[in-house]
Amino acid sequence: MVIKQLSVFLQNEQGRLEEVTDILYKHSINISALSIAETAEYGILRMIVSDIDKASAALRDENFSVRISDVLCVETPDVPGELHKKIKILSNVGINLSYMYGYSNSGTARLIMKVSDPAKALQLLK
Amino acid sequence: MIWNESMECMSRDQMHDLQSRRLRHLVDRVYHNVEFYRKKMQELGLEPGDINTINDLIKLPFTTKQDLRDNYPFGLFAIPKSEVVRVHASSGTTGKPIVVAYSRKDVDIFAEVIARALCCSGVTRDDTVQVAYGYGLFTGGLGLHYGAEKLGATVIPISGGNTAKQITLLQDFGSTVLACTPSYAAYLAESIAEAGIDPGELSLRIGVFGAEPWSYELKKKIEDGLKIKAYDIYGLSEIIGPGVSNNCDCQNGLHIAEDHFIPEIIDPITLDQLDPGVSGELVFTTLTKEAMPLLRYRTRDLSSLDYAPCECGRTNVRMAKILGRSDDMLIIRGVNVFPSQVESILLEIPEAKPHYMLIVDKKGTMDTLEIQVEIDEKFFTDEMVQLNNIRNKIKHKVESILGISVIISLVEHKTIKRSEGKAQRVIDKRKI
Repeated sequence: MVIKQLSVFLQNEQGRLEEVTDILYKHSINISALSIAETAEYGILRMIVSDIDKASAALRDENFSVRISDVLCVETPDVPGELHKKIKILSNVGINLSYMYGYSNSGTARLIMKVSDPAKALQLLK
Repeated sequence: MIWNESMECMSRDQMHDLQSRRLRHLVDRVYHNVEFYRKKMQELGLEPGDINTINDLIKLPFTTKQDLRDNYPFGLFAIPKSEVVRVHASSGTTGKPIVVAYSRKDVDIFAEVIARALCCSGVTRDDTVQVAYGYGLFTGGLGLHYGAEKLGATVIPISGGNTAKQITLLQDFGSTVLACTPSYAAYLAESIAEAGIDPGELSLRIGVFGAEPWSYELKKKIEDGLKIKAYDIYGLSEIIGPGVSNNCDCQNGLHIAEDHFIPEIIDPITLDQLDPGVSGELVFTTLTKEAMPLLRYRTRDLSSLDYAPCECGRTNVRMAKILGRSDDMLIIRGVNVFPSQVESILLEIPEAKPHYMLIVDKKGTMDTLEIQVEIDEKFFTDEMVQLNNIRNKIKHKVESILGISVIISLVEHKTIKRSEGKAQRVIDKRKI
């Protein structure tokens, strides 16, 4: 399925991530998955949160640059080889993966991915 | 409209005669009343009688900011202290401030030249002028205040800062003219947009901006952001304050109030006077100032002069917009870099905001230049590749123009300090 992801621009500076988590905590927002992409000077924090509109408004109020984007969330059984199968499907038809992260819970894994052709990927991975 | 046609539109011959006459009086006054100048002239073997016309200007000694510091606070006064009616002082980031003084007549001339400058920008007595320059020791606030009053406009003396109130007064008082530093104007435009106010609904129509070098690109950005026409006002407290020169509607240089201030352009290294049209350091001699007249004061501002009559009808010489100062110039790995160059480049890149900071440092023996740039929130994406593309685009553009390699750091929205007065754009961490 297609879900909403919240991204936050972060300067690579001590305490910046803590400020984000503090704001989310104060607004009682739960984070179900996250990943951080970083370079020497800056990073992007990507998250799946319980209330994305509230989270994005709260961060904007504190002058964070945020963006809401559509990403795919694909469920797979949490056993060896399942991730490989999904990646192979995409690779065979030439769909590019910009980034991916995942988490597993009670035997099911969820993969969050940004791909070059979301509609097609969704159909193939069903 | 022209405020003082007889002084702003005379023939070049008449101006030459007027300036020469005033220069003779000036040299006589400083020789007899200011020990500093008497000594300097004696060292050069000069007597007041040696100066007959403005062609003799080149014989006179220069005055520098250091000379003003050395004579702090009142050493260069040419009149008794009892005749001084006002004192201003420069912000002076290092050491003691520069002190300048005004007689009653000087204060009148200050108002006169600003009235001319405002008139040159199309301001009339029907306008409401919001003076958002700082009031106090800085010449901007009080200067614009008295000039706008002399013109007969309605003055709102709000001073600098307090952005929320500035916006409220723009709305409620229907201010038609804004006078402040260009960096503050840019910040106001940004704040107005953030408050969801349509600048087209404000009555504001003219901006008179000065006190720091600013690029044409920033000018355009402020004009679009505030829906106004922006004019450059130039001046420095040592000479009188703002109003030394101003843009007219032709926007082709700034007309100098030449009957009060004679400009010259010199080579900052050889100190030779340069021909009209050639760029160099701007130097002024104050012809009429009583309290603290200066001979050939080196401004450090870089400009050039154009003596051709202007389409607006004024014949006063025009100076080119100041795009840099010889002391703002950074020398990085032997290459001259002006902060205003970086500003011009950033304003051409839609993803970058015109808020930046240059950080110069030394790694080993190598100078490094880091440019911190705020990216426009609209262009923030969840994909690192795209962010890196933005950074590389800025890097390539800056490097191709400056000719040195730079480090571009994208920083968070609003992390670069907004300025309410003169913007601080450079941090030089190099130890000499």
